[in-house]
Amino acid sequence: MGAIAAGDVTLGTVFAPRVVSGLTLTDIVRYQGASGDLNPVHHDAEYAQARGYPGPFSVGMLPAGILGSYVADIFGASSVRRFSTRFVNIVWPGDDVICAVEVESIEHLGPTEVDVHLKLGVTNGVGLPVISGRALVRLDQG
Amino acid sequence: MKSPKVDELSLPAFPVFVERGKVREFARATHAEAREYWSDSAPSPPPTFLTTSSWWADSANTVLDQPHFDRARMLHAEQEFEFFGPPPVAGTALKAKQSVSNRFTKVGKRGGELVFTVVLTEFRDHEDELVAVARSTVVETTEAAI
Repeated sequence: MGAIAAGDVTLGTVFAPRVVSGLTLTDIVRYQGASGDLNPVHHDAEYAQARGYPGPFSVGMLPAGILGSYVADIFGASSVRRFSTRFVNIVWPGDDVICAVEVESIEHLGPTEVDVHLKLGVTNGVGLPVISGRALVRLDQG
Repeated sequence: MKSPKVDELSLPAFPVFVERGKVREFARATHAEAREYWSDSAPSPPPTFLTTSSWWADSANTVLDQPHFDRARMLHAEQEFEFFGPPPVAGTALKAKQSVSNRFTKVGKRGGELVFTVVLTEFRDHEDELVAVARSTVVETTEAAI
């Protein structure tokens, strides 16, 4: 993989956001099947309402996963060394998932290797933060 | 038999296989666009892929399935993955083991006690080298979650 060269990354680089418009219940079900977390509160309306929620809502790991896959699309999945997320607000079906990736700092490890520290965030369509995060990717210019 | 204290839980390790089809399925589910997940025979998976290790565990290996925890009152607060080299590629056989790395209490905004638990999952390769860890922070509320 390696979608980007270390020389192309500069401090403060803000990548174009990845936008998933209107997350669907099918997106949630597909993720639940893939991940193995089949908690019905995320897809069964009756079950969710019986527990006091207005309806089913996304697994937090789905927007986190979309964010992670976006980081991997930019830098290459093999370059990722750390990926951390904090769940701030719930994502509901119909919400947009807007992923932001920004270069926070760059560390030169040797003549060819650099560590790129990233600041990450996911907001919904109305600007509410749903995830804040950090990542570390290791790039090799050699 | 008295159950051990939560930070002394010693649960059995379990095998985890990084499978190519699962990597594809997970890449698709997380809206990945890189073609390598489909075209490479041994792609590195997306960063949060090891969450699928729960498919390989049963309740005997899973910290949050122990009687100390109440999943109905639990929210996922934070999640971290750390890799000590490129993330293990499709075709890799791993061994995973869960433990509690931290447990602490805070007072919530509306009062009431919030109990935080950090579950550590260590992933080792066939030479017993630590290749990745997952840290999952969950919070239990004294009232129903949210």
